[in-house]
Amino acid sequence: MEYQNIFTRIQVHGAPQTGPALGKDSFPRLGNPVFSSLLGYFGDAQIGPIYLGVTGMAALICAFIGIEIIGLNMWASVNWDVVQFVRQLPWLALEPPLPSHGTHILIPLNEGGWWLLAGFFLTASIMLWWMRTYQRAVALGLGTHTAWAFASAIWLYLVLGFIRPLLMNCWCEAVPFGIFPHLDWTSAFSLRYGNLFYNPFHMLSIAFLYGSAVLFAMHGGTIMAVSRFGGEREVEQITDRGTAAERAALFWRWTMGFNATFESFHRWGWWFAVLVTLTGGIGILLTGTVVDNWYLWGVQHGIAPAYPAVFPPVLDPALTAAGGMLK
Amino acid sequence: MNGLTKIALAAGAVGLIGAAIVLSRVERPPMQSVQRGFRGTGMDQIYNPRMFAKTASLNQAPASLPQAGNAGPRAGTVYKNVQVLNNVSVGEFTRLMVSITNWVSPAQGCAYCHNTANMAEDSRYTKIVARRMIQMVQHINSDWTSHVAATGVTCYTCHHGNPVPQNVWFNGVGDPGTGPIKQAGGFSQLPSGKNHPATAANDSSLPYDPYTPFLEQANPIRVAATTALPNGDRQSIKQTEWTYALMTSMSQALGVNCTYCHNTRAFSDWSQSSPQRVTAWYGIRLARDLNTEYLDALKGVFPASRLGPNGDVAKVNCTTCHQGVYKPLFGVSMAKEFPELQASTR
Repeated sequence: MEYQNIFTRIQVHGAPQTGPALGKDSFPRLGNPVFSSLLGYFGDAQIGPIYLGVTGMAALICAFIGIEIIGLNMWASVNWDVVQFVRQLPWLALEPPLPSHGTHILIPLNEGGWWLLAGFFLTASIMLWWMRTYQRAVALGLGTHTAWAFASAIWLYLVLGFIRPLLMNCWCEAVPFGIFPHLDWTSAFSLRYGNLFYNPFHMLSIAFLYGSAVLFAMHGGTIMAVSRFGGEREVEQITDRGTAAERAALFWRWTMGFNATFESFHRWGWWFAVLVTLTGGIGILLTGTVVDNWYLWGVQHGIAPAYPAVFPPVLDPALTAAGGMLK
Repeated sequence: MNGLTKIALAAGAVGLIGAAIVLSRVERPPMQSVQRGFRGTGMDQIYNPRMFAKTASLNQAPASLPQAGNAGPRAGTVYKNVQVLNNVSVGEFTRLMVSITNWVSPAQGCAYCHNTANMAEDSRYTKIVARRMIQMVQHINSDWTSHVAATGVTCYTCHHGNPVPQNVWFNGVGDPGTGPIKQAGGFSQLPSGKNHPATAANDSSLPYDPYTPFLEQANPIRVAATTALPNGDRQSIKQTEWTYALMTSMSQALGVNCTYCHNTRAFSDWSQSSPQRVTAWYGIRLARDLNTEYLDALKGVFPASRLGPNGDVAKVNCTTCHQGVYKPLFGVSMAKEFPELQASTR
């Protein structure tokens, strides 16, 4: 019985599974399967073969070109110094074009042209990878839920780097490609547009993000708790409810009066995760285009309370005569 | 152990080393917090008591020499070539000279500025600089009470016993570990003034020289929108990063959090800010005034070895005086014991 449970020290190594035969239009699956005992503790011990196909290979080539453009520009920004490239890597970035270039696409490479090229190839790569997730799901006779969840993340990516900059008529509004720089950009975004916490769609996105974590913990906890009754075979429990599903449902009905079903719970999880980036993208799209200062917008709409004064009155010194002379 | 397992173990080891590097830069608890604003607004100051103890020990005001009084002949009539302090009594003049030696060149002595064979001679550039710096201190104490109040400053506020203050800056210089940022030319991306470790901005990737545009030039600092809905404001996120870097440098200079001056829910709103924000506003103008009127103006006086990599003079920022403390020397006024440093220069 032990090998059927997720908590198992027993790994069954048989002949590698190669999957069903592919159609004659398909590329072959690549690589001879190998087994890793260590990875077997975390998931399936079999690694490979992998199916890349046209979209997969095109996506990898585009990603390589995009990352190459970013990496070489980062390396150039430390004057081709290998030591400094390694040391400063988290700080380095490829910046979006200068504000003076607006949304032109034929601009000098060193003033943002590289950023446009890198963005094009990375976006192409992501789109091709999306097509791949869609096609692989169809090829296996699955629904395309994973592809549409991925599309929600792509929506946020496109809003940040493409749609919103177009609406703002400036590529300069987009995100730099860099580890720390994109985080500093995020803070600067909120500072410029008056505190994103007062953006209702940002609120929704955070609620779904934290909600996703809570739902995942509830689900993982529930399934592991009933795995001794075969609960980890969720799909079987959906079509043929057994004692695991009964007990899990009863547990939640007893503790909070309501229970999701083995089937509906996965819709809860899918929608919460998808709505994180869906609402987040809407919130970013509205920033600067429809609302310029979210705090002031919040004051207008009664969601930013006033607090009692603690300090003596403070006036803007630029408005007083002496200050005005000082600029 | 097969190949994949070895790769996984190697990845794990690299991850552990990475985590150790990251954690080595983290301050350990407990911290102390001081509430300043209304409860629930997060307007607290967070102090690391261990680091604060070190800062405190480095920022104690030294004892001043006993005052010599204003009686007796004037320095200008007794000594030759006294241009700024000629109306000060000889006793007080000598006391100030000895004090300056203690504050600025304790190891090098009088000879750091003077030709000891002829003290009146202006042959050393340091003497010309020192004279201008005395005028600068007088200017700060008499014309910039909006920032220094009655506390004032002396040479010691910045110099702390060093001929060149420890915290000065040059145009376009970032991380001291790499010196001036050198980028490859050609058609690789042009320098953006950021995306390198920025010591000025708490080791972030923000602009590494936020001083030139704001503490030497007078570029606009305010970037947040002033209306709820778009109203033609074209300030960019890139611009905001420069202001962000300047503000971070001020936070580090004073050893305080953003909330020392701002209610962070609305950084730009003066009515929710603390009175210290007004003092800081004048401080930015003070630094700009000193850098342009006093330090840049001395460019021809300094030898090349004292200039920065771009040929500019060392300039002041908030850290030059504050040195990690919300009030330099924790608000102890050394200046009030040196009335000759208060004289108006206008």
